[in-house]
Amino acid sequence: MEHSEDQTSMPEKNINSKRQDPNPRFASEGCSVLLDVNDGDRLVFARLSPGAIFKIGNTKYSLKPMIGAPFGSLFQVETGEEGSFLSRVLPIKKESSSSNVIDDVRDNRELIDDNESQNLTAEEIEAMRRDGAKGDEIIEALIANSKTFDKKFQLSQEKYLLKKQKKYAPKVLLRRPFARSICEAYFKKYPARIGFIRVDALSLLLTMANVTAYSDVLVVDMVGGLVTGAVAERLGGTGYVCNTYKGNSPYSVDMVRMFNFTDKVIERIVHSSIHELSSPKTALPEENNQQESSKSDMIEDISVTAEAIVDDGVTESKIIKAPQPGAKASKEAVEMWKENGFSSLIMAAQDQDPWTLAKDVLPLLSYSAPFAIYHQYLQPLATCMHNLQQGKMAINLQITEPWLREYQVLPSRTHPHMQMSSFGGYVLSGIRISTTT
Amino acid sequence: MLPTDSNKALSFKRGIQDGDLVIVYERHDVMKPVKVTKDGVLQNRFGFYKHSDWIGKPLGTKVFSNKGKFVYLLAPTPELWTLVLSHRTQILYIADISFVVMYLEVVPGCVVLESGTGSGSLSTSLARAVAPTGHVYSFDYHEQRAACAREDFEMTGISSLVTVEVRDIQGQGFPEKLSGLADSVFLDLPQPWLAVPSAAKMLKEDGVLCSFSPCIEQVQRTCEVLRSDFIEIRTFEVLLRTYEVKEMKVETVAVIGESQDEEDNGGPRPSKRKHLSNNGDYAVSHDNSSNATSVVMARPCSEARGHTGYLTFARLQCLS
Repeated sequence: MEHSEDQTSMPEKNINSKRQDPNPRFASEGCSVLLDVNDGDRLVFARLSPGAIFKIGNTKYSLKPMIGAPFGSLFQVETGEEGSFLSRVLPIKKESSSSNVIDDVRDNRELIDDNESQNLTAEEIEAMRRDGAKGDEIIEALIANSKTFDKKFQLSQEKYLLKKQKKYAPKVLLRRPFARSICEAYFKKYPARIGFIRVDALSLLLTMANVTAYSDVLVVDMVGGLVTGAVAERLGGTGYVCNTYKGNSPYSVDMVRMFNFTDKVIERIVHSSIHELSSPKTALPEENNQQESSKSDMIEDISVTAEAIVDDGVTESKIIKAPQPGAKASKEAVEMWKENGFSSLIMAAQDQDPWTLAKDVLPLLSYSAPFAIYHQYLQPLATCMHNLQQGKMAINLQITEPWLREYQVLPSRTHPHMQMSSFGGYVLSGIRISTTT
Repeated sequence: MLPTDSNKALSFKRGIQDGDLVIVYERHDVMKPVKVTKDGVLQNRFGFYKHSDWIGKPLGTKVFSNKGKFVYLLAPTPELWTLVLSHRTQILYIADISFVVMYLEVVPGCVVLESGTGSGSLSTSLARAVAPTGHVYSFDYHEQRAACAREDFEMTGISSLVTVEVRDIQGQGFPEKLSGLADSVFLDLPQPWLAVPSAAKMLKEDGVLCSFSPCIEQVQRTCEVLRSDFIEIRTFEVLLRTYEVKEMKVETVAVIGESQDEEDNGGPRPSKRKHLSNNGDYAVSHDNSSNATSVVMARPCSEARGHTGYLTFARLQCLS
C-alpha cells in the first residue's frame, strides 16, 4: 500500500523539483515555452503537455517530443507512417564561407515573372510529401526542376532557398520565455496589449527603477502583467513586486503565467490598492477573507485570457495550471512599506493620466528612490514632469525615448533592416526627494 | 549600493551613517560621489558642507552649505554611478547597458563573464542583475585599470559579486576553470572575433553572447566567426532621444476675420488654440493678457549621442 502510493506521487515530485530550478535548462511537462518558427517569423507561446497541439501551415503537430528537451533545441518537420511529427535535429557545424559575392557575374536580367519557371506542380509536391520526402529533398527537387535557378545571381539563389526552406522544411526553435522574448513576441503580434512597450523601453524601465534582488518595487501595471513579470524576473524570489491600483479590483497580470516562475518567485508578486497603501497606519478592514476571494477571481481571469495570446494554432487540450500570481499583499508587508517606503516605482498605466496617478503614488516611495513612468504619448508625460518639478517632488527628471535599429550583417551585404519599428514609447524617470526640511 | 545588505536598503527611517557612500547632487549634470566621514567636509562653489550635519538625515534630503546653498544627498545606484565614475576608458551608457542586461537574459543567480572591465560601468549593472547568488567575472589586460575597478567595486559595496582578473582575453581566452559555467558572456574588445571561440567554450548551451563594437567592420568579422557555433545572431544599435520640457506663455489669438466678440465671451476654446501665433505682429496687435495661456510643451534636445556602438547578440547552439 505504502509502496504504491510512493510510486504514484513520484512523477509529480519530479515535475515540481524541475520547476523549482531558478534557471531551468530543460523544458519539462507543464512549463511555458516559446516556439520560434523559422527564425522569428512566428512566435508562439505554449504550455507543454503530451496532448498539446501546434499548427504549422495546415498540419497539426504534437508538442510531446519537446518534453524533456533542452531549451535551445531545434525541431524539424518529418513525415512518418503515423503522419507528420516534430523531430529534434542536431545542427551540422557549418564552415563559414565568405565567398565574395560582389564578383558574381550573374544577374537577374533574364528572369521573367510568368510563373512558368517551376516544372513541378503543386500536386506533385504534395505527393512527395505524402510519401514521406523530407523538406530538404523537396527543396532539392524544386531546384532541379527550376528553369531559372542556375541563372540567378548568387544572392537571389540564397533568398530562393531560404523561402523554400521556410515553406517546406520549417524549423521550430524551443525557447525559454524571458521578459525579453515575451515582450518581443507581444510587441510583434499584439503591441496594443502591452501599451506598445518595445523591449528596449522595457529594459530602460527596469534599469531606471533600479530593480534588483531584495528591493520592494511598486508597479502600476496596466499592460497585462508584462512589467510585473519583468520585475519579478529580476527579483528572483526576493523582495516584492507590489501591483497597485485605483478603485477596487487589481489589474490583470495574466502575462506572468508566460514566465516559468518558481513558486518562490510567484509568492513575491502581490497587489494592494493605492487606498490601502496610503491610508494611515491602522487596521485594514476585511483583510483576511479578501485574500481568498481575490485569488479565485484571478483564476477565472487567467483561464480566459491566457488562451488568447497563445497563437490560434495552439490548443491546450490538457491545461496544467501554473501557480497563481498576484495574491493580496499581507498586512505585515503593507505595514512594512508604510514604515520604510518602496525602493522604486514603475508605472505603465496606458489609459491613465500619469500625473494624476504619480501624485498619489510617489509619496509611497522612500526618499531617494528612483522611478520610471512609461507612456506611449509624450504630452501627458511632459505635463507630469512639469508638475513634479513645480511641486519639487523629484529631481534628475528626464523624458527619454529609446530608438532601436537592427542590422542585417552578411558578407558584403551589411545594412540596417529595411523595416523597423519607429516607436517604442516614452519614459519619464527621476528620483523622489523629501519635500520637508 | 545594492539592498542585499538590508542595513543599507532605502527607508524613511534610515539616516545617513558614517561610512556611507552618497551621491551629492547639485544639478542633473553636476554630481559627485562622497564617502561620509564624521570629520569630512565637502567644498564646492557654494561653500562648504560638514558631513557631521548630514549624519542622521534620511537620503534624498537637502543639506545646506555655510552660505545657505543646498545640494541633495542621494543613494548611489548603478545609473548615478555611471554618471559620476572616473572614466579610465570609454564607458557604456544607460541605453546600451539596459539593453545588454535584458538581451543577455541575466537574472539573479547567473554567472556572467565580461571583458574588458574598463571603468566598470557595465560591471556594476551586471552585478545588480546577478545579485544575490550569481557572480560576474570581469577581465582586463590592463593591470592598473583592474586595480582601480576593484577599488571602485569595494567602494560601491559590490565586490562580493564581481571578481576582477588581469588577463588578455583576446590572446589567452577565458580561463579553463570557467568552462561551461557561464550563462552569458559580454565582449567589449578591439578584435572580439579572436575571443569568440573561447567564449563559446565558457557558455552553457543556449547561453547568450554579446559583443559591443563601435565599428561595423568589427561587427562584420565577429558575425562571420559566430556563425559556426551560434544561432540567432542579431545586431542592434540603441540610442536615446531626450526631451526638453518647458512651460511657455503662448498667445491665443483669434484668426483674422473672426469676430473679437466671440473670442471675449467664449474664452479660448480648444479649437482656437490650434491657431497659435508665432508671428509677433499679430500677437502684439491683439495683445490682451487674457489671451495668453500657459502651455507645457516638449521637444527633443538639439544634441544627442549619435553613436555608441553596435551590439551583436548570439545564442550558443544546443548540441547535446
